[in-house]
Amino acid sequence: MGVFETLSFFVPELLLAVGAMALLIAGVYMGERSARPIALASAALLLAACVIVLLTPVGGGQTLFAGAFRIDAFSSFAKAIVFAAAAVAILMSDRYLAGEQLGRFEYPVLIVLAAFGMGLMVSATDLIALYMAVETQSLALYILAAFNRDSRRSTEAGLKYFVLGALSSGLLLYGASLIYGFAGSTRFDEIARVAAMGGDNLGLAVGLVFLIAGLAFKVSAAPFHMWTPDVYEGAPTPVTAFFAAAPKFAAMALFARAMSAPFLELIDDWRPIIAIIAVASMAVGAFSAIVQTNIKRLMAYSSIGHMGYALIGLAAGTAEGVSSVLIYMAIYVVMTVGTFACILMMRRRGGMTEAIADLSGLSQTNAPFALILTVLLFSLAGVPPLAGFFGKWFVFFAAVNADLVWLAAIGAVMSVISAYYYLRVVWIMWFDEPAPAFERESGPVLGAASSISALLMFPGLVVFIGALVAAAEKAAASLF
Amino acid sequence: MATPDFLLDYLPILVFLGLALALGIGFLAVPALIAPSEPDPEKLSTYECGFNAFDDARMKFDVQFYIVAILFIIVDLDVAFLFPWAVALFNPELGTDRDFQLFAFWSMFVFLAVFAIGFLYEWKKGALEWR
Repeated sequence: MGVFETLSFFVPELLLAVGAMALLIAGVYMGERSARPIALASAALLLAACVIVLLTPVGGGQTLFAGAFRIDAFSSFAKAIVFAAAAVAILMSDRYLAGEQLGRFEYPVLIVLAAFGMGLMVSATDLIALYMAVETQSLALYILAAFNRDSRRSTEAGLKYFVLGALSSGLLLYGASLIYGFAGSTRFDEIARVAAMGGDNLGLAVGLVFLIAGLAFKVSAAPFHMWTPDVYEGAPTPVTAFFAAAPKFAAMALFARAMSAPFLELIDDWRPIIAIIAVASMAVGAFSAIVQTNIKRLMAYSSIGHMGYALIGLAAGTAEGVSSVLIYMAIYVVMTVGTFACILMMRRRGGMTEAIADLSGLSQTNAPFALILTVLLFSLAGVPPLAGFFGKWFVFFAAVNADLVWLAAIGAVMSVISAYYYLRVVWIMWFDEPAPAFERESGPVLGAASSISALLMFPGLVVFIGALVAAAEKAAASLF
Repeated sequence: MATPDFLLDYLPILVFLGLALALGIGFLAVPALIAPSEPDPEKLSTYECGFNAFDDARMKFDVQFYIVAILFIIVDLDVAFLFPWAVALFNPELGTDRDFQLFAFWSMFVFLAVFAIGFLYEWKKGALEWR
């Protein structure tokens, strides 16, 4: 296959890479006043990439660059969601950045570059391509975490994220080197062939453990979650909103492919590890969130817990399990984006507020806001008939079908425990004495993002669940 | 026990090791023997400019030093990529075919274009000016 034919499969990524460089130069020549036009252009670029992904038929999949990447239904599903989530994150940050004097044109460009890395992550089928894609994404994210460089907390978040990210990359690389040493190849299909030959795969399994540890860092699953609360709290809120959605989805998709494609034969080795990580994440998410007073920290623990539920589906190790992970993560991304849109609307005269106590009595001062946030929190808690419940239902069902009834049972218990802290916030909003009202004027994007997301939780899901499940099943089938 | 013939391949390393040792000792010994010695504090300091080498490391210094160091690393890496490319690509002894050579040639130009964009950005941002 010729160079240009190969590259024709990467039109969305090429668009993002070339577009990001063009916008960088445009921004630096136009100066600081270019922040808003560059942000709009970046969002348009990401949406265009998303549309291209959706409109491009992938058929049975195509292996490219000598097995380094694979474009299939799985990568298209993940890319569409990641690019859309990144575009929304750029649009949502506009008002916050202007208000905090942070409006710089590098911000949207970095998000585009991170999205480019994520597009490569979800299609990587080679350990070196995997690592390169992860780093392309992570380097942009480190800068974003420290974007408010005059703030002590933001620079601390950036530094912490960078150091722990480097540690996790080290673990991942060590695992990859062991796998290469024992399998003789970095390509997923070659590793799968070696694993299928049977015999003593102990070396491969040791490498796999390190690989899982590195990937668990990236999805912030316990016990590799320590960075999450500090980074989420310290980073500027729109950056946190971005972190919680697109990179989580991309990393989970990468995790699913890295477990399913090369290591399916070793499932007896990795299933207990994934199951333990899932249980630990759910427990950390459920118990640590109870004592939080900062809503961003609460969302950090909430995201750790949600990664645990998603990993239950991965532990099943079947096509059904992977499709349940994709369904769960898609729903998670939508409700997280909506919840962070609400958090970005928590603005009083004199600046943003982040304390849960500031939401007190919101139903009396701003009833529509309270209603939207209530729907989203119920969905995060997994209360039927909202979308979050169906996400959990698919994941638990996949686990039960894979004879992991105990894991599904623990998941159900943990989701009941974690419902407590979501409902506590709802209680504070509806039944406590009102705190001073938030500013009404929050711009069209945040209002639209939060209400559309709430409407998608209910009743939108009833309309779209069929299409979502069909797309996720098709995507998962392309891995097996 | 395998014959140690293959060790002969490493002979140049041994030669260079000896050469390095001789030169290193020579550069220390010759000045000590023949150079005139008139020490003063500036001459004895490690660097003519910059910081004292032996001092408390927890001191404030200008962030511009970091920028210069980072920019240097980038250019250095660039050269590290360019050099083997320039030497090996059109080497007839390697016998790479024409299509591959053209592909590798233009690949490097794509890389250089990306590099140039980064350079343009840092230039326009004023990172190269010492304030």
